[in-house]
Amino acid sequence: MTQNSNSKNPLHGLWALTNRELKKWYKNPYLFILSIIQPLIWMGLFGRAMNIGAILTSNPITLPTINPPLSIEQQIQLGKAFSNVSSTIMEKTFGTADYFSYMSVGIISFVTLFTTMFSGMSIVWDRRLGFLNKALSTPVARGSILMSKVFNAVIRSIIQAAIVLGFAFALGLTVGPNFTPINLLGVFAAVFLIGIGLSSIFIAIAIRSTRMETQMAVMNLLNLPLLFASNALFPTSLMPDWLQPVTKLNPITYVTDANRQLILHTINMQQLILDFVYLGVFAAVFSTIGIVLSWRYLSK
Amino acid sequence: MNGDAIIVEGLTRIFNKNLVAVDHVNFSVKEGEIFGFLGPNGAGKTTTINMLITVLKPTEGKAKVCGFDILKQPSDVRNSIGVVPQEYTADEDLNGLENIILCADLYGIPREVSKKRAEELLELVELTKFNDKQVQTYSGGMRRRLELACGLINRPHVFFLDEPTLGLDVQTRAATWNYIKLLKKEYGMTVFMTTHYLEEADMLCSRIAIIDYGKIVTIGTPNELKEGLGGDIMTLSIKDDNTDISPVIEKVPNVKEVRKQDGTYRIKVLDGEETAPNILDVIRAEGHSVTRLSLTKPTLDEVYLEYTGKSMRAEEESREAMFRQRVTMRRAREGSR
Repeated sequence: MTQNSNSKNPLHGLWALTNRELKKWYKNPYLFILSIIQPLIWMGLFGRAMNIGAILTSNPITLPTINPPLSIEQQIQLGKAFSNVSSTIMEKTFGTADYFSYMSVGIISFVTLFTTMFSGMSIVWDRRLGFLNKALSTPVARGSILMSKVFNAVIRSIIQAAIVLGFAFALGLTVGPNFTPINLLGVFAAVFLIGIGLSSIFIAIAIRSTRMETQMAVMNLLNLPLLFASNALFPTSLMPDWLQPVTKLNPITYVTDANRQLILHTINMQQLILDFVYLGVFAAVFSTIGIVLSWRYLSK
Repeated sequence: MNGDAIIVEGLTRIFNKNLVAVDHVNFSVKEGEIFGFLGPNGAGKTTTINMLITVLKPTEGKAKVCGFDILKQPSDVRNSIGVVPQEYTADEDLNGLENIILCADLYGIPREVSKKRAEELLELVELTKFNDKQVQTYSGGMRRRLELACGLINRPHVFFLDEPTLGLDVQTRAATWNYIKLLKKEYGMTVFMTTHYLEEADMLCSRIAIIDYGKIVTIGTPNELKEGLGGDIMTLSIKDDNTDISPVIEKVPNVKEVRKQDGTYRIKVLDGEETAPNILDVIRAEGHSVTRLSLTKPTLDEVYLEYTGKSMRAEEESREAMFRQRVTMRRAREGSR
């Protein structure tokens, strides 16, 4: 019999565990297709159905009767002026004249939030079905058990972000003046960082939980507030004063801002760097907390 | 190692400050033996195993597995043991081979080694034909065999089996025992198993500890335990039974105890076959005639009853443990439908 020497690579098993989770996704065609359709539905609903720009531009407005009546030419000019005003309002509010473009970048954050949220569920399942105990009885690093779930969520998020972008371009996203395909790498980097931070939080919450119900409740409590108290769907500058500090803390705001700058707006380097620093710190802090908790609490 | 694969001293685990699941347990398991932990549900079997495999921390006491301290050298313990939990832990969405390789990766075994070992193990448990089928399509027995194979991928010195045949039907259970014996013969590891099936313990184990309410009530080889009961059991009925002749029977040499219950005599005797004729002679000499007689060798059943009381107590484990056990039972049955 050979004694297995303690593996030299402390990360052994990390990829094996991550791949186990990913296989559940890509080997199951229904799940895979559903997770691709979901962002498309959101984009259709929010981006197209709730087209805020349309409120300003496509409503025929009957002008009050003016004496003497305007000539045809004057009416056309007034119409033009009005449409100029409305696109200026859009531009000022959303940074782009097109709410769909604004929205579809927000959907990337949205999809990442929803994907990472479920990583907590999977640790509860593993605990209930006994797989967690089995893994804990092997020499695999406790941190790897947690990080495999984090990476699974992050990889899924990045793939979904790519799909969202693909659809958005196909449906007519208007890119900003600084956009080059290389910017997309920045987008994926931002999704990577926010994914690590968010899934670490959700897993840390689930780390001792044995009940799916608790986990569901936590998810429901956190997801919509996190989404709405951010700039993902609506500019934070127009939100009430008491909400502003919350949006400034909310990491979703930073990932969305970074992505909008990279895709839609003129890049403000200082602001972009700030976004990435915030996301980096967020990811580092919460993954560290997660790993420390996994040493302490994964086994009871 | 000095001949003891597992040494346990005063091991204790208390849940939620008041539920004593394992209460100052002491025992040792010799290298190469199959050691059985027998007891009703909720007696503390799984809690003990979870402490020995370093998944659960003891509240008190210590234990060494393969010479390594479970608290101070958990990684060394983990490297030298294999574990088959009560639950079916194989991933249903993966196939048999993928599952074994996943286990191998958790031990950090290089791929070229693990591939070879996986093939060998699948061959031994006769799953080679099914290694590319998803585990959801496996029967309960096949799943159990796959778990056995997964647990041996790191060539462990000590192999832990928690209720290896829980929920399986009688035939599959017997087949599983054969696989356990085969694997033991092939790899020569020490086996520590828990069970609440008496035949299983009797059939497989070189030594047995009976645990109840978190305490070990007796320990020994199956034969020692049976003999410890004080011999064979003879039951007989007598025609025209009005007088109690127990005192007469008690005088026969080798008779240990006589009890009269509902008109039949229950007699504990040593060397039942040789003593029975003497008892009959005495009864005839008293002028009675025997109408029925039976002689039974003690089984582990009687040992178990003697030490744990008659009724199998209801599960007293946590909700979580209950859930896991139910899932296991359900999956075990899935295949046999």
